[in-house]
Amino acid sequence: MAVATLGLLATIVLEILYKGSTDTIGFETWRPVVYAYVLWGVAIGIGQVLTRGEDGQRALFLLPALLFTIAMVIFPTLFGFYIALTDWNLSSFSGRKFNGLDNFWQMLADPYYRNALFNMVLYVLAVAVEYVIAFGLALLLNAQIRARKFFRVVFLMPLMLSPVAVSWMIGKSLMEYRFGPAATLARHLGWENPAFFSDPIIARISIMILDAWTFIPFMMIMLLAGLQAMSREVLEAARVDGANAWQTFWQVTFPLMLPVSVTAVILRIIFKLKLADIIITVTSGGPGGATDSVSSFIYREYRDRSNVGYGTMLAMAYLVIIVVFVTWLLKFANRFVRNVN
Amino acid sequence: MSVQTTEYVASEIRSPASFLASRVFIYGALAFWAFICLFPIYWTVTTSFKTAVDVTQGHLIPFVDFQPDWKGWRSLGLSPDSIFQTSTVREEFLKRFMNSVITSVGASSLAIVIGSLAAYGLTRYRYHFAWFKNEDISFFFLSQLILPPVVLALPFLVLYREVGLLDTRVGLILLYTLMVLPIVIWIMRDQFNSIPVELEEAALVDGLSIWGAFFRIVMPIALPGMVAAFILAMVLCWNEYFFAALLTSTDAKTIPVMVASQTGSQGINWWSMAALATAAIAPLAVIGIALERYLIMGMTAGAVK
Repeated sequence: MAVATLGLLATIVLEILYKGSTDTIGFETWRPVVYAYVLWGVAIGIGQVLTRGEDGQRALFLLPALLFTIAMVIFPTLFGFYIALTDWNLSSFSGRKFNGLDNFWQMLADPYYRNALFNMVLYVLAVAVEYVIAFGLALLLNAQIRARKFFRVVFLMPLMLSPVAVSWMIGKSLMEYRFGPAATLARHLGWENPAFFSDPIIARISIMILDAWTFIPFMMIMLLAGLQAMSREVLEAARVDGANAWQTFWQVTFPLMLPVSVTAVILRIIFKLKLADIIITVTSGGPGGATDSVSSFIYREYRDRSNVGYGTMLAMAYLVIIVVFVTWLLKFANRFVRNVN
Repeated sequence: MSVQTTEYVASEIRSPASFLASRVFIYGALAFWAFICLFPIYWTVTTSFKTAVDVTQGHLIPFVDFQPDWKGWRSLGLSPDSIFQTSTVREEFLKRFMNSVITSVGASSLAIVIGSLAAYGLTRYRYHFAWFKNEDISFFFLSQLILPPVVLALPFLVLYREVGLLDTRVGLILLYTLMVLPIVIWIMRDQFNSIPVELEEAALVDGLSIWGAFFRIVMPIALPGMVAAFILAMVLCWNEYFFAALLTSTDAKTIPVMVASQTGSQGINWWSMAALATAAIAPLAVIGIALERYLIMGMTAGAVK
């Protein structure tokens, strides 16, 4: 018991020593600190078991995940807040310098960032359309059909494919201006000049379609599970009462599906807020930044200008916005579900 | 239409004409959406066998419209006539492929191990870490789902440089584990909740330790859930692009980064690009078809109460 605690203390002291010595003696990298942290975690685990017996064994279930997440999230995020307050540019030799809120004021005046935030609003609103389509598909799959498994596998397929590959498959070849089948089809339908990515509004819609193609199956599967869990008796009762299919859907199916729908939509919105890879690979934000999402904008801020300090400030501001928005969304959804039922 | 369903359908549809109409509508809609899902894949696979003329003239059906050609696959070094010759492109591709396999399997395994343990602890025991109770800890884990990758990407870029993990598979594995951990915990919590506590109580009475009960009694029952979580995590890691693009350059580059870098370059041939895209999506398409049941199980965990 005492040995374990001693070992634990020793590791902590060791860690501090390492940190101290990186400044004075100078290790090549900070890697020893990582090892020290892992050792420290192991020591805590052993210490828990030895000092607290059964309670310690219970704590051991949770400790690895907890230590891992704290090391990987809390520390980098705090570090991020620090970077956000510096003018750190990896390509400049002068190194980093604390410049307080300069990045923040620059951000407020940045029309591209505002445009990216506005785009995120549009992209999130597109979830409504995705939801309607996904619900329709789930209803279709839940109907009395043959080859249900076949259709389910086929409908699920887009979700499996890497968004980057999809960007090429659809964005860069199917919707290609000259020979893409989608462009050819559009010409046949009477659209003279089917350029999917050169007009700002059409480009945004194209991006939404691409993203929807990949992620509709996700909502569809959740809604389908909800439909299948619904009891047959309720539907049967509605039918006995003389409701037609339309009434049954709006007065029985839809209200009963509300909790699942809310979960599916919220999860989808959370994924949507991370949208980046399709935009980076298809339009790289173009034309003129019109299709940028916040993530892809920050990505380019780093890639093109190596501007770590400013990029991090943008990311942190986005994090704050997201946390506020999602918290509000969860509260709102909770109240909404309770009011209806 | 089987016997048991006719009964059900007959009660809801009145006339044969409207029955027929609804059938036509349902199958029409199904076929239409199946076309939307499959056409891009079909297009990519066939394009990888096309030559320049076939691409520009928009030929669609192999053997009827155009004569398939191994051109695209030859440029990848994967066609029958070039498979035994040395090919730098193929080596590059295989290297990226292995990177993808190692990172996604490694991250999913790590996430399953620590995620399952945490989920089990959270469903079975009460914890107090300072002022944090079980609900707070669960929320802490699940809230990581909200965190957009872009928030962590730049700090990690700097930290990894300091620690010497930039452009290494280990670095990517750690980040991917973090990315899928909330999902794994979400699925496994649902799994463990569905296993009755009495089983473990009996095991404890029989003299097993807490960990013994977990490994011998609970884990075998929860195995399907673990497989589901593992596969879902694999898919997410395999398709991940953002972190990989920022944090890897030469050694640890994964398949999506390779695909993206090829798309970016001007004048790349459609057929070789199509071949590369096909090769990149093939493993997951196979997983999607073969293990669809587990995928659906993973995605719907906790959605329906």
